[in-house]
Amino acid sequence: MSHFLSPVFAPGFFESEAVHIALGVGTLVAVVTGVVGVFTVMRGQSFAGEAFGDLGTTGGAGAYFVGVGPLWGFVLGNVIAAGAMEAVGVQRVRGRDLATGIVLGAGIGLAALFLHLYTTGHSTTGATVTILFGSVFTISSATIPLILALSAVVLAVTLTIYRPLLLSSVNAEMASARGIPVRLVGVLYLLALALAAALAAITIGTILSTALIVGPAASALRITRRPLTALLTAAGIGVGAVWLGIVLAYDSYHWPPHGTIWPVSFFVVTLVFITYLLSGLPEARRRRQADRRSSASPVAQPATPS
Amino acid sequence: MSEAPHGAPPAAKGQEILLLDGVSVRLSGRTILDRVGFQIAPGEFTGLIGSNGAGKTTLFRVILGLQAASAGRVLFGGPAHPHGHGRRHRRIGYVPQKFMFDPDVPLRARDLVSLGIDAQRLGVPLPSRSRRALVEEMLHAVDAERFADTRVGKLSGGEQQRVLIAHALIARPRLLLLDEPLANLDLGSAHEVVALLARIAREQEVAVLISAHEINPLLPVMDRIVYLAAGRAISGTAEEVVRADVLSGLYGHHVDVLHVHGRVLIVAGAGEDTDLAGHEGVFPRSEVLS
Repeated sequence: MSHFLSPVFAPGFFESEAVHIALGVGTLVAVVTGVVGVFTVMRGQSFAGEAFGDLGTTGGAGAYFVGVGPLWGFVLGNVIAAGAMEAVGVQRVRGRDLATGIVLGAGIGLAALFLHLYTTGHSTTGATVTILFGSVFTISSATIPLILALSAVVLAVTLTIYRPLLLSSVNAEMASARGIPVRLVGVLYLLALALAAALAAITIGTILSTALIVGPAASALRITRRPLTALLTAAGIGVGAVWLGIVLAYDSYHWPPHGTIWPVSFFVVTLVFITYLLSGLPEARRRRQADRRSSASPVAQPATPS
Repeated sequence: MSEAPHGAPPAAKGQEILLLDGVSVRLSGRTILDRVGFQIAPGEFTGLIGSNGAGKTTLFRVILGLQAASAGRVLFGGPAHPHGHGRRHRRIGYVPQKFMFDPDVPLRARDLVSLGIDAQRLGVPLPSRSRRALVEEMLHAVDAERFADTRVGKLSGGEQQRVLIAHALIARPRLLLLDEPLANLDLGSAHEVVALLARIAREQEVAVLISAHEINPLLPVMDRIVYLAAGRAISGTAEEVVRADVLSGLYGHHVDVLHVHGRVLIVAGAGEDTDLAGHEGVFPRSEVLS
């Protein structure tokens, strides 16, 4: 059996504690980001995800600088970012350019300083790569309680405000006409998104964290029609991508160049991207069939998306 | 405005669902609504007619409690309702203006209707037989069973209106507010939606207040008109309101009301801006053509 599977699972895969932790954390994070991400896509808030990527970098770099775990830095950076977004009103489209240019730019500048000071003191660039691209194999078991707690908080908040959040994401006017406090719901959701982005950052890095939030959700919205199914599908796609990514990264030790492993983030993000492309196929096929049907009719009509 | 035929047909005192009394709204120095007053009785079908910018949406926001009035009162009356708890938002169903769903919104028509039952509650809704039956009943009421399992974003404008109406109705409101529901519809769909609303007002015993910039599609079904121009309003039956002298008083200059092939045309009179084709800011657009 193990011989049969050895082309897929490289020797030592099932014994490695690092792999166990990576799979556990990866699964949890993928579920959280999938659930949260569906609303991010529906609300058109991918921008907020990007902002968390930038200011999470600042937080992570600051954490290295002062000598605490990077996840604390991601969480702090993102929560501050969420507060700033709410204060400045960045959730509105207007004003985003300004915020991007000034606030996020300043954040990245600060990150550059922290990383410079840290890496000069420790003569290693490992911190930079860990923060920007993640390092799911080097998560210490001491971080796991925090990851569990954060995941529980995000899932609890999102599922508690599920109905008001769903309606205000579809149409804020309809929600406020029903007496739903749309702004409060928006703030709670932004906080959940901030924490989800921090969890994504520790798994696949700050730069790519948006991909794990938006990618599986965008694919899920293409292939499902029902809200709860969309949440489960997004979580499932994320879990699949993370698992396969971890397996492939582990295998890549035996790929050229020998003696190193390829980044997990690369595999995860690539798999998410491929899934997104594939998720568009059913719709494209339906449209082609509709085209064929309309061109087969005597009066050729321009194809209209139904 | 003293000659305005207020309150006809006179609803019995205390029986009205909604009463607006001298409601004014001033926003940054501009008067949006100027002493607007009218009332709506249970099951009544009321058209809020006015051109773009006349203050229709602001008036709706005042009724919904989303916009505070600078002066005047908004009162909700009628018999106590089992699900009402006296809360304003539970007594009013609302269909917003110019709204189309994105195609990738993960909601089937029946999911949106179901969300109408208790969208304000916390937690994830548990499926139940009574819930399903209620949704089924509402889908049937708006004749939307055919596309109940289609994503809302893939429905036509008229179909989306039906689903939105069912979403608003399922909470059993006393009053249904619809903001320009006919604006994006072709003539056929518009007539269907109007007929549907008239039937629902009767069958579900819900008062309907519908805003529109065109009066004609609503004429056959309206019990009452609230005619809004430049923030001022006149209310009454169509015969009382759609008259040259009354509307001239409202607009502040001479207006002619013409009856052509069963349609009403409202046009500016001589000596005023007589550019019939292009005065959208003054007159409801389609009332001066076709």
